[in-house]
This record gives sequence, structure tokens and C-alpha cells, in this order.
Amino acid sequence: MKLVTAIVKPFKSDDVREALSEIGISGMTLTEVKGFGRQKGHTELYRGAEYVIDFLPKAKIEVAVEDGIVDQVIEAICKAANTGQIGDGKIFVSNLEQTIRIRTGETGNDAL
Amino acid sequence: MKTLQKIAAAALLFAAPSAVFAQEAAELNSANTAWILTATALVLFMTLPGLSLFYGGLVRTKNVLSVLMQCFAIAAVISVLWLIAGYSIAFGPAESAYWGGLSKAMFSGVTVDSLAGDIPESVFATFQMTFAIITPALMVGAFVERIKFSSMLLFTTLWTLLVYFPVANWVWGGGWLGQMGLIDFAGGTAVHINAGIAALALAILLGARLGWPRTPMKPHNLTLVMIGAALLWFGWFGFNAGSQVAADNTSAVVFLNTFVATCAAGIGWLITEKIRDGHATSLGAASGIVAGLVAITPACSAVSPLGALIIGLIAGVLCALAVGLKYKLKYDDSLDVVGVHLVGGLVGTLLIGVLATEAAPAGVNGLLYGGGADQLGKQAIGAFAVLFYSLILTFIIGYLIKVTIGFRVNEDVEVSGVDLEEHAESAYEMGDSGGGGVFAGIGHRSHGGEQ
Repeated sequence: MKLVTAIVKPFKSDDVREALSEIGISGMTLTEVKGFGRQKGHTELYRGAEYVIDFLPKAKIEVAVEDGIVDQVIEAICKAANTGQIGDGKIFVSNLEQTIRIRTGETGNDAL
Repeated sequence: MKTLQKIAAAALLFAAPSAVFAQEAAELNSANTAWILTATALVLFMTLPGLSLFYGGLVRTKNVLSVLMQCFAIAAVISVLWLIAGYSIAFGPAESAYWGGLSKAMFSGVTVDSLAGDIPESVFATFQMTFAIITPALMVGAFVERIKFSSMLLFTTLWTLLVYFPVANWVWGGGWLGQMGLIDFAGGTAVHINAGIAALALAILLGARLGWPRTPMKPHNLTLVMIGAALLWFGWFGFNAGSQVAADNTSAVVFLNTFVATCAAGIGWLITEKIRDGHATSLGAASGIVAGLVAITPACSAVSPLGALIIGLIAGVLCALAVGLKYKLKYDDSLDVVGVHLVGGLVGTLLIGVLATEAAPAGVNGLLYGGGADQLGKQAIGAFAVLFYSLILTFIIGYLIKVTIGFRVNEDVEVSGVDLEEHAESAYEMGDSGGGGVFAGIGHRSHGGEQ
């Protein structure tokens, strides 16, 4: 099992959700995060005092998937979240030790 | 301020019930009374919630309640102090040119029937009480986010007693500045220069907030700031036009001048921002408006509407520039009380000496109207007398508090927020990730109602 973590632009969250739904992924977790890579932040003014904000709002989407469909998942997210502009985000894939469905106690792939 | 001096004289006549009067007693004028009752409510409205929201929105989330608390507490405490001694010291009938004495302490002699001019004396006294409240409340902006509530209360009580009450007497209560011919219709010196310079002294005495100026300390809610500014504007009509203590041609002129100056100042501040920073901001609009209101406060009876416009425009530009001084001179005047109230108050008070016209109710000609530098000289004396008196006494009172009970909360408290530590409250309970408040209250254990 793999945990696929995608950091995307917030307004792309719904596109990513729909794209994952189309390949059969029906559950995910979304967190509101701040981050930066190559995209520049912005400057705010308060009575003439400048504040440079490096961190930009991003959406973090996490899905737990079977090993076999990881590549499809990555491809779906990339297509949905891509705008061609700096700041589109990144995807991280990590190993998932164990998954449990709380209601039934199912484990492993049955819990995905 | 001629009308108030007449009232002080009238109050003197009515102070001793056994005295024999040669003049006929004044009659109560309902129209004037109605207006001043309204104006009193308007001026309280300036503090609660006008100034409270204006300042509240400017601080960080973790400190907003402390700001609101300080304004409410000051209103309560100063009202009591006014009753006990303030009215008497400011407007009492004593012969001295420096204070009104204590014969009217506890409002003694202020009866159901006693008049101040042609309005009930109690209305006049209550109206002035709202001025006594807002003056220390203005200083809150200099010590937000780091002052102990108890020290703030003690300081405010002593300062209002020893600085505001006497100064009010000097300017309006028959004291030496009014007698000398200082024009200060509604409080450019007694309120704004006074509070403004005290704020500077306090900012220096307390020291900067932890992390200032490198750590960003952005306003947490600019919408509250705008609302507060709008409420201040609304209430200020009571502050200025009410200071005529009558509903007449003068209060009408004063009302118009107040309106015009405020708009001009807003424009002035926004243009300054656009040129200097590239953007006109909503905070700039709110601040410009307040700067204009401050500057026109002393001058509203002495200038033409054109003069008011000029005063507003100058105040808007100068105050917009002045708020940057704290970074150069390294004092943390957190909410720019100095940049807006001290600078704005000085602009308005001194420009009277230039722009006053005898066509206006105050009936004096300034420099540009052929009056020479005579009035300008009086304005300068008044402005700087109040400035230095307030500065020195604020330092003395503040220093004494600093070395005895201390002024600042300790570092941990400052970091976690004054609301939580001083008042055991947090302002916003929406849960960390929003979610429509679904997370609110999670992690809290209640002991309420269990006996």
C-alpha cells in the first residue's frame, strides 16, 4: 500500500477530487496548508509598513492506494492539478505500513 | 471657547444656593438640551464601540479582548472618577486659573434644577464626562498587547486625575489657556495633543512588544477597523458640534467643517499612500478619516469650510507620513496614537493661527486673514503648554508604576496572548481548521454548573 500526498493549488482541489473519483478512488483527506517552492509570495501593506509573505496557501490531498494503481493515481493528479504556472505543486509517494477500517476492523487492501 | 467660559461663569453663580443673584435666572432651552443629550450619547458611542473596534481590529487575535476590556473599563472607572472629583476640578468655580477646586466634588450643588447656561447642569457635566472617558482611552493604542490590566487601570486613574482634569480646566473651565485666548473648540489640545504625547511617553516607558519591529504584527480584522472608523466619524459630530452646547448656527458650521475636513484628510492619506507605497489601502482610508477628525477638532469653529478642507488635507498627508517615524526613532507606538492624535492635534491647533477667519463663529483672524501672528502665538503656547505638562507628568506617573507594581505582562503571557492570561478568555472559538465551527470546543473540559 502507498500513501500518495499531493500539494496542489487550492482552486485545483475539486478537479483533483473528480479525477481521482473517475479512476475509482472514493476517499481522500484534504488539509489546508501553507508552502512555497519556486513561486514567489506576496507583499502586504499596513500603514506604510511592508510585510513580505513567503508562504502561499496550498491544499494537501492524501489518498491511500493499492500498489498496483499508484501510477494511474499520479497521472490523474498531475493532469488535474497542472496549470503550467510556477506553484502547481508536488506529489510525494510513501510506503504505507498498515490501514484499518474503523467500523469493521478490516485491514490491508480490504480497508482501502 | 467662549460659550463654555460663559457656562463656567454661570455655574459659579449657581454653585452657592444661598447667594443673592442680581441677574435673572436663565431658562432651560429644550432644543439645546435635546441636542446635548444626544451629543453625549454620540461621544460615548465614539469610545464604545467606535474606538474599541478601531483599535480591536488592529491588534492580533490573541489580544483583541484585552483592547475591548480596556476601553470598557476606562469608561466605567473614569465616569466614577468624574463624579467624585473630575467635574469639579475641570469646571468648578474656584478662583484659581489652574483648577476648579473641589466644591463640586460628588456633583455637590448639581441639582435637578441647576443649569449650566440654558441646559441642565447635569447634562453639561455628563457630556464632559464622555470627553474625560475618551481621552485616556485613546492612549490604549500605545500600550496594547503588553500591559497588565491592573497597572493600566491604576495609571489611567492617576493620569486622568492629575493631567486631564486640570488641563480641561485650563482650556475650557475658565483656566489660564482659555483666558489667554487659546482657541480649542472641542479638544485638539486637551484631548488629542494631551493623549498623543502621553502615548509617546508610555510607548517609550513600556518598551516595544517582543519581536517588534521584525516580527509581523498584522491587524487581525481590518473589517472591524473600518467599522470602528465609521462609528468614530458618526460619533464625532457629537464631539465637535456638541461642544457648542447649543443647537444653533455655530454648531451647524462646526458640523459642516467636521464633515469636510474628514473627507479631505481621507483623500490626503490615500494619495500619500498611492504615491509612496503604490497602493491606497483600506487601513489608510480609515486612518486618514480619523486624522482629519482629530485635526478639525480644535479648529471647527474658527475656520471656513475651505479652511477645514485645507486642514484636513494637510493632516491626512502629514499623519500618513508621521506614522512611519516610529520605525526610524524606534518606539513601538503600536496603533499610531502619536502619528494620528499628537501630529493631527498639533496640525489642527496650530493651523488655527493661520486659517482662522472672523467670518467663522470664533471670530478671530489668523495669519492669512490679516490677523498677524497673534493667534498663532496663542495656539502655540496652548499646544506646547499642554504637551509639556502631559509629557512630564506621564513620565513621572508611568515611571512610578513601572518601578513599583510593574507595567508589562511577563514574556510568556505576551507570547501566548493577553486575553488568555489576563482575562482567561479567547475571543474567537471557531476551531483551528474552520469547518463551520465543528471543531470549536474540542479539547475543552467544562466545570461550569457543577456544584
